[in-house]
Amino acid sequence: MFSLFLEQMLNGFQSGVMLFLMASGLTLVFGVMGLINLAHGSLYMVGAFACAVVAAWTGSFWLGLVASLMAAALAGVLVEILVIRRLYRRDHLDQVLATFALILIFSEGTRWIFGSFPLFLNVPDLLAGTVILPGGAQYPIFRLAIIAAGLLVAAGLFLLIGKTRLGTRIRAGEADREMIAALGINIDRLYTVVFALGAALAGLAGAFVGTTQSVQVGMGEPVLILAFVVIVIGGIGSIKGALIGSILVGFTDTMGRFLLPLALSTVTDASSATSIGSALASMLIYILMALVLFLRPSGLFGAKA
Amino acid sequence: MPDAILSLSNVTKQFGALLASDQVTLDLKPGEIHALIGPNGAGKSTLIKQIAGELTPDSGEIHFAGQNIGGLDAVARARMGLARTFQVSSLMPEFSVLQNVLLAQQAVSGKIFRFFRPVLKDKSLIDPAMAQLERVGLADRAHMRAADISHGERRQLEMAVALSLQPKAFLLDEPMAGMGPEGSKRLTVFLDALRHQAPVLLVEHDMDAVFALADRISVLVYGKIIATGTVDDIRNNAEVRRAYLGEDAA
Amino acid sequence: MIMNRETIINSVLAALLIAIPLVAQAMGEIFIITLVTKVAILALAGVGLNIALGYGGLVSFGHAAFFGIGGYAAGILASHALNYQPIATWPFEISGSTQMIVIWAVALIASALAALVIGAITLRTSGVYFIMITLAFAQMIYYFAISWPAYGGEDGLSIYVRNGFPGLNTLDPISFFAICAVLLALALWFSAVLVRSRFGLALHGARQNDQRMKSVGIAPFRIKLTAFVISAMITGLAGALYADLNRFVSPSMLSWHMSGEIMVFVILGGVGRLFGPVAGAGLYILLEHLLGGAFDYWQLPLGVLLLLVVLFARGGLIGLLAGERKHA
Repeated sequence: MFSLFLEQMLNGFQSGVMLFLMASGLTLVFGVMGLINLAHGSLYMVGAFACAVVAAWTGSFWLGLVASLMAAALAGVLVEILVIRRLYRRDHLDQVLATFALILIFSEGTRWIFGSFPLFLNVPDLLAGTVILPGGAQYPIFRLAIIAAGLLVAAGLFLLIGKTRLGTRIRAGEADREMIAALGINIDRLYTVVFALGAALAGLAGAFVGTTQSVQVGMGEPVLILAFVVIVIGGIGSIKGALIGSILVGFTDTMGRFLLPLALSTVTDASSATSIGSALASMLIYILMALVLFLRPSGLFGAKA
Repeated sequence: MPDAILSLSNVTKQFGALLASDQVTLDLKPGEIHALIGPNGAGKSTLIKQIAGELTPDSGEIHFAGQNIGGLDAVARARMGLARTFQVSSLMPEFSVLQNVLLAQQAVSGKIFRFFRPVLKDKSLIDPAMAQLERVGLADRAHMRAADISHGERRQLEMAVALSLQPKAFLLDEPMAGMGPEGSKRLTVFLDALRHQAPVLLVEHDMDAVFALADRISVLVYGKIIATGTVDDIRNNAEVRRAYLGEDAA
Repeated sequence: MIMNRETIINSVLAALLIAIPLVAQAMGEIFIITLVTKVAILALAGVGLNIALGYGGLVSFGHAAFFGIGGYAAGILASHALNYQPIATWPFEISGSTQMIVIWAVALIASALAALVIGAITLRTSGVYFIMITLAFAQMIYYFAISWPAYGGEDGLSIYVRNGFPGLNTLDPISFFAICAVLLALALWFSAVLVRSRFGLALHGARQNDQRMKSVGIAPFRIKLTAFVISAMITGLAGALYADLNRFVSPSMLSWHMSGEIMVFVILGGVGRLFGPVAGAGLYILLEHLLGGAFDYWQLPLGVLLLLVVLFARGGLIGLLAGERKHA
């Protein structure tokens, strides 16, 4: 029992870390450019497909990982220059619709090229196998590696934003757009870079998660919505909020699915405990979100509206 | 001495280290224009916001029409008869001038949740709305978009909206701001008559207007009222001259 | 009264919507009647959303929730009636129904209640938060429908009969079309009247300036919540009809793609235009039919078209034809 619990805790943490890779880009793009980007999930999908294709082609997961970063960043740059750039001054409705259109384009385009059958990504040999957790359960090394990699990226992101010149500019952009123009910073380029950075993070998450699940069209959408929940909880525009929100949502979701049916089975029979439990568990993070909003309408770390 | 309609006692509001309102005690009596003056950043607008219910004081009490209104929000205070105008015009830009006033008229009528009858054919709203526009001299602009009229006309429209609320007191936040000399003169005449309808708490920078209109003046400096009195009292108050008018005591 | 161009376009759209099924009936093209019925129902869903989105400026990305709730109201009531199982036995017995009027009433009430709860929470926020949270609530209901096994879960729920309407053979496509068209006409009439009413003025005001609303003593929250509920009810009614049209209801009616599509109807046609949703739904179904027939991946060109409309033709189809709108 304890080892199962530990395993679920680790799964929750892993999903939280992956969510952070998605949510940080989303919240950064919103914080700096004021843009709501539904197509962020498509960039996640692009990363997963690039990784799967290159890994199958070269036989190397690591090259696939590099490809996922590059393909997603490239797709991000293209989309930013062709479409997104025209949306910064538009209202949110236009942004929602245009990026919804991008989803249709990305999803249908990918389906056209790769078909509707899922691709599969193999765990690299180096990280294959399992470790024994305290309590005796086996846990895949790869999942631990994902957690570690995600945390490294998160740390890197905090350093980037806190300590580098690019980071200073990003923070200046969040605070005051006219200001950075006055400072002579090339805003267009800054925005493209920020968007590409967010895209690359999403692509990386796609490659990681694609390895533990399957790579298919539409895979980005459930994650996108979870990432929305995360940044609403954390406060839109706040990277710190995205981190805390991600972990919170990852845990709540995973542990809810694990614990709720168990808890209910003490009061009702097994089969209805499973069905009611899983139905309730699927609603849990939204209830969490509603609760946070009720107490703090602009999220845990959001600027006051 | 008639009872005050609006009274503030020891209202205090702090933003971080900044004391925006420091134990402000102030009242507004029937029939008077009470001007609130002070240098920029003295906390005049902050005070108006606390009276209107847009900000909550940290401590102190505000009474209006015999009731402690501390627990009421801006909507409830407006409904009680506290009408305010904004320093920067706050109108419905997409509405016509008439629609802006109609909205206030229907708010006063209390009948907002009516879904069928067209509002532009509703004489019970249109007639009084046109009368208010007539009164502020905007009747010929009734069908122009609020976004398209001049700055001065927007200030007049704000007055028409406030009048429509049939308030028990007016809170006017720099109604003269940005007006030309001609407009200011006309508005001065208008405000002079307004006090007979309901008393006015007037925040204004135009000293000619203040001295011409005010029955009483309160001087706010760094969130604190340093003097209250008649026009002559204030003109001759040494502390006011020093702190506000920047003159040497000599 | 001189008709302006928008009025002419609206009349043409209304005439087309009625004439096409009648001609199709005469020619025996049943499929076309069904297609136009679908347009009418989706347009109805759009008319609902347009009240919140177009008139109230409330960018709800979760209207599929109400569309699906309406659909499930129809599915659940009909399935209980057909299985002779009461829905509830306490405090008194409530049985299912295959009468459209009962189903519509339940769909309207259920959507209204859901909108009241969702609106009460989401309308505390605004802007992007509102968009994301309406989306999230719709997803919550979506996942609930998927994981709740009683009514088919992921597989959805079939309705084995077309629900009935007194005096009409609802299985006859043209009769069912007539029912949908009348409801659409009623909803269009209601929203036309609503915009010009006192409530419409207040709603338009709440969209522009919260501060001003409060200072004249109107709580914008109540105005917006009421509009949100009305909007949801109309979309919910459309959902019930849609379930009846397909004789099937599934979680996909609740999905965020559905929310996006309803939004697309409104935008393609023209936001805040009375007949915008009709033009939008018509264009969408036409494209689906024409492009989908020629190309498996028809949503790709649809996406491009939508992108072009958003970037370059902001008034939608009606805006393109009728020119810029004068103020209300």
